[in-house]
Amino acid sequence: MAAEFGTPEVVEEDLDLLIIGGGMAACGAAYEAAPWLAAARRAGVDLRIKLVDKAALERSGAVAQGLAAISTYLGQNDPADYARMVSDDQLGITRDDLTYDLGRHVDDSVHRFEEWGLPICKQPGDEDLPLAAGGRPVRTGKWQIAIHGESYKPIVAAAARAALGPDCIAEHVFIVRLVNDRRDPNRIAGAVGISVHDHRVHIYRCKACLLAAGGGLGLFRPRAAGEGAARTWYPLWSAGSTYAMAAAAGAELTMMEDRFVPLGFKDGGGPLGAWFLRLKAKAVNAAGEDYQSLPAARALLAPYAPWGEAAVTPTCLRNHLLLNELLAGRGPVYLDSVSALGKRAETLTPKEVKRLEAEVWEIVLSMCVAQAGQWAGENSAPQKRNSELMPGEPCLLGSHAGGCGLWVSGPTDLAAPTTEEHPEADQIPAHLPSGWHWGYRSMSTVAGLFTAADGVGASGHKFSSGSHAEGRIAAKAMIAYVMDHRDQPELDTPVADLVAEVYRPVRTYLEHRDATTAPDLNPHYLTPRQFQQRLQQIMDDYVGGVATWYRTNAKMLDLAEAKLATLKEDAQALCARDPHELLRAWEHQHRLLAAEAHVKHLQYRTETRYPGNYYRTDANGLDHEHWKCFVNSIYDRKTKTWTLFKRQHVDLVEKAAP
Amino acid sequence: MPSFVRTDRCDGCRGLERAACVVICPTDLMALDPAGTDTGHPMMAWNREPEQCWECYACVKACPRQAIEVRAAADLVPLGGRVQPLREAASITWTLQFRDGTTKRFQYPIRTVPAGARDPYADKPAADLAELGKPGFFTTGAHGLHPADPARLVRN
Repeated sequence: MAAEFGTPEVVEEDLDLLIIGGGMAACGAAYEAAPWLAAARRAGVDLRIKLVDKAALERSGAVAQGLAAISTYLGQNDPADYARMVSDDQLGITRDDLTYDLGRHVDDSVHRFEEWGLPICKQPGDEDLPLAAGGRPVRTGKWQIAIHGESYKPIVAAAARAALGPDCIAEHVFIVRLVNDRRDPNRIAGAVGISVHDHRVHIYRCKACLLAAGGGLGLFRPRAAGEGAARTWYPLWSAGSTYAMAAAAGAELTMMEDRFVPLGFKDGGGPLGAWFLRLKAKAVNAAGEDYQSLPAARALLAPYAPWGEAAVTPTCLRNHLLLNELLAGRGPVYLDSVSALGKRAETLTPKEVKRLEAEVWEIVLSMCVAQAGQWAGENSAPQKRNSELMPGEPCLLGSHAGGCGLWVSGPTDLAAPTTEEHPEADQIPAHLPSGWHWGYRSMSTVAGLFTAADGVGASGHKFSSGSHAEGRIAAKAMIAYVMDHRDQPELDTPVADLVAEVYRPVRTYLEHRDATTAPDLNPHYLTPRQFQQRLQQIMDDYVGGVATWYRTNAKMLDLAEAKLATLKEDAQALCARDPHELLRAWEHQHRLLAAEAHVKHLQYRTETRYPGNYYRTDANGLDHEHWKCFVNSIYDRKTKTWTLFKRQHVDLVEKAAP
Repeated sequence: MPSFVRTDRCDGCRGLERAACVVICPTDLMALDPAGTDTGHPMMAWNREPEQCWECYACVKACPRQAIEVRAAADLVPLGGRVQPLREAASITWTLQFRDGTTKRFQYPIRTVPAGARDPYADKPAADLAELGKPGFFTTGAHGLHPADPARLVRN
């Protein structure tokens, strides 16, 4: 039957391994999977794999523009120091096993990138010496190295293409929902996707799947109201799909309260890492004071000992200090780039000054071109004029200075706990595993459902290289899982029902479009844009968005929960007037479920663990006795209810005690 | 901060199955207007959702006619700036025009190995299934992981 709007073509495919996503993790998984699949084939086991990206592999995901630095490269550092660093930045609550494991794996991905053609900046004399052979990188910080990274993603994508070949990569197909096994509700059986361009639904059956679809943006209202609303720090196409689809499949989430509030140049959103780490620039208030060095700052940070008193102030606490300046009326806050560059220039020749200028502009041109555009329109430049800093709207992610994600099985050789030994262990739903590993690395609590990168919670600071490495780690484990589980799961829902479910917004539109004269304005449906606007309004008003300077409390969160529940009912009235709107309709439904998880976790943790990212004004401090633990959750898609519970936190490496 | 398509240069990627910008946009903003009903310009591309445009420049770099540019967000940035790349095989050249008419130009390397020149599996070991359940990658094996001092782990 010819596909037309409202009656899509349905394509069914049987796979062993499905990779959902096309970013760094998915590309890493593809690269690592190919040789293991070849080995399996030699042993007589032929496994079918497919990667499904909602966009084009060359520029999908967070590294679309490029990057100016690789922020996780251990080099001479020990993985224990890396695990400690991540923990310290996240005020002590991280899965040391996951970060340690990532730390001992990640450098190989960076070595591969260099081999594939990514220009890595080297110390003088080492320009032609690869990192893997001891070439010394230009470090912009203890963990970061400088790169010429405009083509980072195309280079990584090329290796993934070489790994899988064109028949095993589907682009412009958006996976909207996972499907569980009819015989075992806690096992994955497949996924449903929609073509972004054509009238087509894809039904994938699989034995294992890697859900690596990035983090969540666009849940909160941004500061800008017009075109500037798109100038988010992390890309706007991160729809919370990983968290939403995993939750709906019954996978345990962790630390969904641990959002990230990114600090960047105001409006343009440009990155600051290199400015603070390499160029030693200071943030100053309107009076020109380096407020982070003042005694008042120490007093503000003292309640957050030991992390507040550490040499490296945690990311959220740097926000905390900046917010304090703004709210006290001492703003705007600026990045004192003029002094930093001026000081640098004192010891440089004119030629070196020009080179420094080129390096400074490359920071934005290779990863945030919009910031360059802002400076161009304002006749500004960092050496000429200081730019304002402003924290943006909250995002949900697990790859940067945040800890949202799935609760996953870790490595078995690091003496991670295998039991739960804390007073509330009996609150953990009985079907869930105990301890930190349960058979297959990177697997969620749903059998066959794996994740990586933004999808792995409680283990931030992995960034691009760590995301790639985690994809590789997961790929190996997925293949092991499938080789151990050769039986074919069955979809728990008939294909016709799945198609009807994902195409509902189209039918809604066709049924009601002639009721009014204006296509956007109809009492019977909501356009995806309207749906997102209400979601953003709720989150901004009640869940610690920019409107309340990141402040919320139990009563506001209860209101948010009720309003989101009503919005969820209205999701039934979403319309889609073409495949593009159908894409948006589903992205926003993913955003909604991710937002719900975030609200539930913020409600449950009666503590402000991450001041500067959020404040529970009714519990505005640290409470180690009750809350030095993971907050985890399970969603029941049938009853639409969440169950929240604690899991014990344990240190696997040495840290300063709170 | 959206991308826009120049009517003096766009030819709708005639001869290609899909317009380059339509293929490359990570969030499906670019669309072709075959009959001109959306834009008044038949067979040209356009950005149909500028308020979702992250300004990643993927479309700008992909356009074979250099027909796509970016106008900074109207609600945030004054008019008159222009930041435009010329992406070549091994380098990218950025030309910046400021509102006051001054310009800057910067060139940066983007790759050290030509695209397609290096097989990412060349000179790599075959994967050994006996190592599948152990830490490490096919490139490192279980024993080629980053050096780590086991005394740093506090539980045993």
